[in-house]
Amino acid sequence: MSFTIITYILAVVGLAASFAKDRKKTKMAFKKSYKAFVNIFGDLALVLLLVGLLMTYISPDFIGRFIGEESGVWGIGLASIVGSITLIPGFVAFPLAASLLKQGAGLVPIATFVSTLMMVGVVTLPVEIKYFGRKQTFLRNGLSFIYAIIVALTMGVLLS
Amino acid sequence: MKYLKRYKWVILILLIDIIISIFSPSDGGLVFKNTVLNFRTMLAVIPPIFILLGLMDIWVPREAIVKYMGDKSGLLGILLGIFLGAAAAGPLYAAFPVAVMMIKKGAKYSNVISFLGAWSTLKIPMFLFEMSALGLDFAVTRWLINIPGIILMGFLVDWMMSHGEKTVVLEAVQKNF
Repeated sequence: MSFTIITYILAVVGLAASFAKDRKKTKMAFKKSYKAFVNIFGDLALVLLLVGLLMTYISPDFIGRFIGEESGVWGIGLASIVGSITLIPGFVAFPLAASLLKQGAGLVPIATFVSTLMMVGVVTLPVEIKYFGRKQTFLRNGLSFIYAIIVALTMGVLLS
Repeated sequence: MKYLKRYKWVILILLIDIIISIFSPSDGGLVFKNTVLNFRTMLAVIPPIFILLGLMDIWVPREAIVKYMGDKSGLLGILLGIFLGAAAAGPLYAAFPVAVMMIKKGAKYSNVISFLGAWSTLKIPMFLFEMSALGLDFAVTRWLINIPGIILMGFLVDWMMSHGEKTVVLEAVQKNF
């Protein structure tokens, strides 16, 4: 939350400084901001609605049952899919991952889950595609998916 | 009609939500609660970022971004991309418009991809939280292994996108901001 407060302070100070220097330009900047927000609002709203729906049915409990039990290739595969599709904030995901580890879940599947969760965003695809186009979006997410698994496997080697 | 077409998927999800609420009011209530929470997070995080981007568009000269993050920025550009991403917090969708502004102002493609990578997985506030929940070893190892990957991915995406495809992105960027 502190970061958000900093951006608010910066925005207010920036606006004030800009306004003091040139009213017309400030108005132009504001118009651009507004236009950019309106442009993306539809796609953003879609993502937020999708996540709201997914969060209800793919609860942390459900995720735990899904990725806590399987291990090996199956476990890693499941964890990577669940991590890619869901969009849950870190303050929910990290304690969940910790409790699964305590219950005996494997390190590699859990690390896969955490890594894909952060790097790959299936539900945010509409917004990302709107900004960067399909090719770049699929490249970034695809490579992130592969690398997330590499990270998890490396962690498995180094930490256990 | 224009709005109907633009928001067709939004309307579809809303319809699904309503159907769920009719058949299971308790599930519907939960969906509603979660969705409102998501919108509140978005509305808290996004407005100052867009205001800053608007100001940046007007006041920050292209040459400055080209110098520090452009084609010839070298190691400084890579480090700056990663640092800016890691210093942030907030959902990844908030990083997209920032990345767009970087592209518009002439930042090198690979640096922008590294910025997105760092934002997604190296964020310092998240790292601190990860450390307290999963321990020092887990968090530090994950953080460190990610850095070379993020740099590599920047170069890979840059390399795999043709000049024409980058131009298309740039045109979309200019339309969206």
